[in-house]
Amino acid sequence: MIRFDHVSKRFSGQYDALSDITVQIPDGEFVFVIGPSGAGKTTLLRLLIRDILPTAGTVHVDDWNVHTMPSSKVHLLRRKIGTVFQDFKLLTDRTVFENVSLGLEIVGKKEAEIATRVKDVLELVGLAKKHRSFPGELSAGEMQRTGIARAIVAGPAILLADEPTGNLDPETGWEIFTILQEINKMGTTVVMATHNASVVNDVKKRTIALLHGKIESDEANGRYHVAKHTKKP
Amino acid sequence: MSAFATTAKHIRRSPYQAMAAIVTLFVTFLLIGIFFLSAVASAFVLQYFERKPQITVFFVDKATKEDADALTKKLETTGKTSSIKFVSKDDALLIYREQNKNDPLLLEMVTADILPASLEISATEPKFLADLEPLIKDAQGVEEVVYQKDVVDTLIVWTNAIRWIGGIVAGLLTFNSILIIMTVISMKIALRRDEIDILRLIGASPWYIRMPFILEGGLYGLVGSFGAWMIITVLAVWLRPALLAFLGVIPVIHTLLVSATSTQFVLSSAGFLSGMLLSGLLLGSFGSLIALGRYLKL
Repeated sequence: MIRFDHVSKRFSGQYDALSDITVQIPDGEFVFVIGPSGAGKTTLLRLLIRDILPTAGTVHVDDWNVHTMPSSKVHLLRRKIGTVFQDFKLLTDRTVFENVSLGLEIVGKKEAEIATRVKDVLELVGLAKKHRSFPGELSAGEMQRTGIARAIVAGPAILLADEPTGNLDPETGWEIFTILQEINKMGTTVVMATHNASVVNDVKKRTIALLHGKIESDEANGRYHVAKHTKKP
Repeated sequence: MSAFATTAKHIRRSPYQAMAAIVTLFVTFLLIGIFFLSAVASAFVLQYFERKPQITVFFVDKATKEDADALTKKLETTGKTSSIKFVSKDDALLIYREQNKNDPLLLEMVTADILPASLEISATEPKFLADLEPLIKDAQGVEEVVYQKDVVDTLIVWTNAIRWIGGIVAGLLTFNSILIIMTVISMKIALRRDEIDILRLIGASPWYIRMPFILEGGLYGLVGSFGAWMIITVLAVWLRPALLAFLGVIPVIHTLLVSATSTQFVLSSAGFLSGMLLSGLLLGSFGSLIALGRYLKL
């Protein structure tokens, strides 16, 4: 269970990136977070992994108060939450296999277990044949699949995806979304920040729309209104 | 990838920085090692002379055993001597032969006739030496009086000088080494900032992230100190005959240096290596830890 209670976040000298956010996400749910650039989507996700701290309010992941937990325990929170980044954040000097196995190495798993688990996850994301490739040899879609594989390899309870289709063509974006949906079906809570209107509108999942740091709507079968949820140039 | 593999990768990526750190630590440990051994040797020399009789009275060639006995009696009646030992010309020759048994040339040139007989005197307390001095100087047949105190005082000055200079040089070099390791490790932290951020975000523990850097500093220390030990050992083996000729009179040093394959030499060398490696590991790791504390906030 993810719980935001009256959470606000102000970056120094700026307006409120988030203002009085109260929302709950039960276990196993698939939630889209939408809104124009600067609406606070990424801030919301960064608060969950304590990459930043709220200015006011509390963020809970299960029984953990993300704000007050000791710094020495933050890595345990982050192991509970897999994160997929828009810019992939892969280690360019490591192969696909090594990038994915990183998620298990950091928790001290044995080599044999790592090999088996990574193989399974790479098959799930359709990258089994690319395990020896370096990120520079992959397409954007393949890099994002690698990022997803790394995020889920240790079996996190929650998966955060920060605009995972942002750098991808529509077709590849759909492929990535399909993978995320598969992961959700296996019981993982998925929170996906996105600008991808077609995905949001076609799958009809719970959608939290942010605007100027506030929740504009929170609907079970939400829709992405391009005119409203995309910042005009 | 284990912490060791990551460390090896870090070093391969920037070999010149690694080399700079290793060379600095090598020079540091080379000089520290040399000063340490000099200080130990000087302590042995000092100890040797401190254990010798406090006064040695050498007699002229024509002096008789009766002259020595008369002086012995006169000194004993003062009650201020703890031991008086007569060393005849023949005894002196035996001592000389023992000290120079490895140099036949020196043995051939010396006979008992040219060596003086002597009295080795120790006072019950150092303050009585001044009371004994006039009695000795006025005695018949005395040629020369050697006060061990003078030798010991000179040795103490030298030993202290070695300790002070060695300590200051070692301190400065250690400080310099820590700065170099800090600089190298902080550059590596900066170079790997993206990787560190990724590791942090996917849940790596702070020690998982720090460990390769600590190992790297420790490895620099190990390699640098091992190199220094090798050079010092080669120097010790090479200079062994000269050192034996110069300091062989001191039993501890003689036993140690009598053979480069002796148990004492090998064990001492192994002990010295262990000390050097441990110091290198600690110094390198310490430098890394300071850099991590300063430049890697997790």
